[in-house]
Amino acid sequence: MRALLSRSGLDPRFTSMLLALLLMWLVLAALTGGIFLTPRNLYNLSIQTCVIAVMACGMVYLMVARQIDLSVGSLLALTGMFAAYTQVELFAPGSPWGWIVSIFVAVAIGILVGIFQGWWVAYQGVPAFVVTLAGYLMFRGAAFMVSDGQTLAPLHPIYQMLGGGINGSIGVVASSCLGALACAYVLWRRWAQRREMHRYAVQLPPLWLEALKVGFQCAAIVAFVVVMNSYPDPTHADAQGHPTGKGIAIPVLILLLVVFVLTFVAERTRFGRYVFAYGGNPEAALLSGINTRMVIIKIFVMMGVLAAVAGVITTARLNSGANSMGQLAELYVIAATVIGGTSLAGGVGSIQGAVVGAIIIQTLDNGMVLLDVASAKRQVLIGLVLIAAVWFDAFYNRKEGR
Amino acid sequence: MTTPFMEVRGVSKHFGGVRAVDHVDCDVNGGEVVGLLGHNGAGKTVLVKLICGVYQPDEGEVFVHGKKVSFTKPRDAQEAGIETIHQTLALADNIDAPSNLFLGRELMTRWGTLDSQRMDHEARQIIARLNPNFTQITRPVRAMSGGQRQTVAIARALYFNARILIMDEPCAALGPSETRMVMDTVRRLKDHGIGIFLISHDMHDVFEVCDRVTVLKNGRVVGTQKVAEVTQDDVLGMIILGKNPAPKVAA
Repeated sequence: MRALLSRSGLDPRFTSMLLALLLMWLVLAALTGGIFLTPRNLYNLSIQTCVIAVMACGMVYLMVARQIDLSVGSLLALTGMFAAYTQVELFAPGSPWGWIVSIFVAVAIGILVGIFQGWWVAYQGVPAFVVTLAGYLMFRGAAFMVSDGQTLAPLHPIYQMLGGGINGSIGVVASSCLGALACAYVLWRRWAQRREMHRYAVQLPPLWLEALKVGFQCAAIVAFVVVMNSYPDPTHADAQGHPTGKGIAIPVLILLLVVFVLTFVAERTRFGRYVFAYGGNPEAALLSGINTRMVIIKIFVMMGVLAAVAGVITTARLNSGANSMGQLAELYVIAATVIGGTSLAGGVGSIQGAVVGAIIIQTLDNGMVLLDVASAKRQVLIGLVLIAAVWFDAFYNRKEGR
Repeated sequence: MTTPFMEVRGVSKHFGGVRAVDHVDCDVNGGEVVGLLGHNGAGKTVLVKLICGVYQPDEGEVFVHGKKVSFTKPRDAQEAGIETIHQTLALADNIDAPSNLFLGRELMTRWGTLDSQRMDHEARQIIARLNPNFTQITRPVRAMSGGQRQTVAIARALYFNARILIMDEPCAALGPSETRMVMDTVRRLKDHGIGIFLISHDMHDVFEVCDRVTVLKNGRVVGTQKVAEVTQDDVLGMIILGKNPAPKVAA
């Protein structure tokens, strides 16, 4: 069985994580009398997950390279405040340029902060834990200073779409097309991989197993699209006056883009290879002639940009900028990354794992809200799940002798 | 007289008050193996790091093929045709053999992405030449035996057509058959005209492949001798006592 699993290319850890998630959903559906699995709740869950998941993707890179960033929640607030400030204070209300410029401003702030933190870590040798702990305080304070503690609103209607609220989804037709494309991509990739393995005379996994795997992936895509399409959008009606479905939310598309790009960077570019090599053995990376300091700075810049993206999604969703945004987000992001199988010791990590980790955390949070569990109790439970996930990893790795 | 492939002249390196390497002279010619010997702490590994660009000397000069060089980073030395096999092997445990072999010098596709297939293919070929039994190269290096890890490190040095090779204790962690593989490789490279600095503690290995030995003690050079003209006891005397053997009285 184990041999079959390893040959099929199924990662046992990832598979068991998916099964755990599925189990959670079934249990929560039973406990809430089915409310958890309604399209409306799942649509909200998909949006809630995005902010944490986008930042968790960057945290994977940082933790693989033996770094950490405790400042992402504060940085989310700072970049979000700058985006809101740009729109509300610098441009006339409704100006078509305001929201575009505001996104660039947020990303630019993210890049600058990334260079700043990365420079302290890489060139001055201050541990990332300390630098970003300082950042945690500084950026929250700076976010307050942007508008002297005031909440900035309202934001441009087009900008609000990025948060997945009213009009914040792409509709039934586009969602269906996208789902079909995604299925085609999954099929094509599997086929291309098999052809390649055949060319290099690697033993192929049995066809039925592959078919099962591809079948599951496509079924998941189709299920997701169908559920999103069946959430009625009261602001859009068809010819008979029935509301049409919302379809996939725009922040989810942003997350998918982030996942796609960062997975590609990790697997197919020099930079990604260096991040993993540095995490495995920093001295070896240096002796191999890699400019390791630049690699560290680039990772922090990437994290800054992703925090800015999360800041944009958050402000768009709230239709305002408030300096209290993103509180505790850094801990949820780190928890999602760790639950997703990224090792704090560096060298090991997976982006898709971090995304599933984020979904698990948001599932617990969302489910317990539906069950009317107090927020204090929710925090206790999510903390316990974090310990359980790491314990499971340690236990599993010992058993496998790794 | 031909110019040496690499010549080190009066090189020093201090760490605080400690003179780790103190006015060291040594050289290696093409097709020659020069043993660098000495106790632990004699300055061998620091000397290696000075030659391969990890450290910069406080004093002294290094010449490669008669031209003065000053390496500010390991890449400079690599580009000058100097490959180093470090004592620690300098492998990233979490990635596979081809990734380690090409680390820092990846082969790229036309689109600027990693050409993993070509790297796998090239790695397979060069590793098969060194160690035909070693076929499972696309596993994380962590899961490999000492000899296999050593093979990866040697393959990395050879792939890029080094003219000068520095081997820091290449057999320290190896069993007898793997040591044989490394020694055979050293001999083959020597026949191909590569200049090799070999650091070793094993007198038997040294006398088997080296042409000359340079002995260090407390950061200074005790002396350089032709292996054919001295005995193992003479060399041990140099290492332990810091004393050159008495010159043989010419008849």
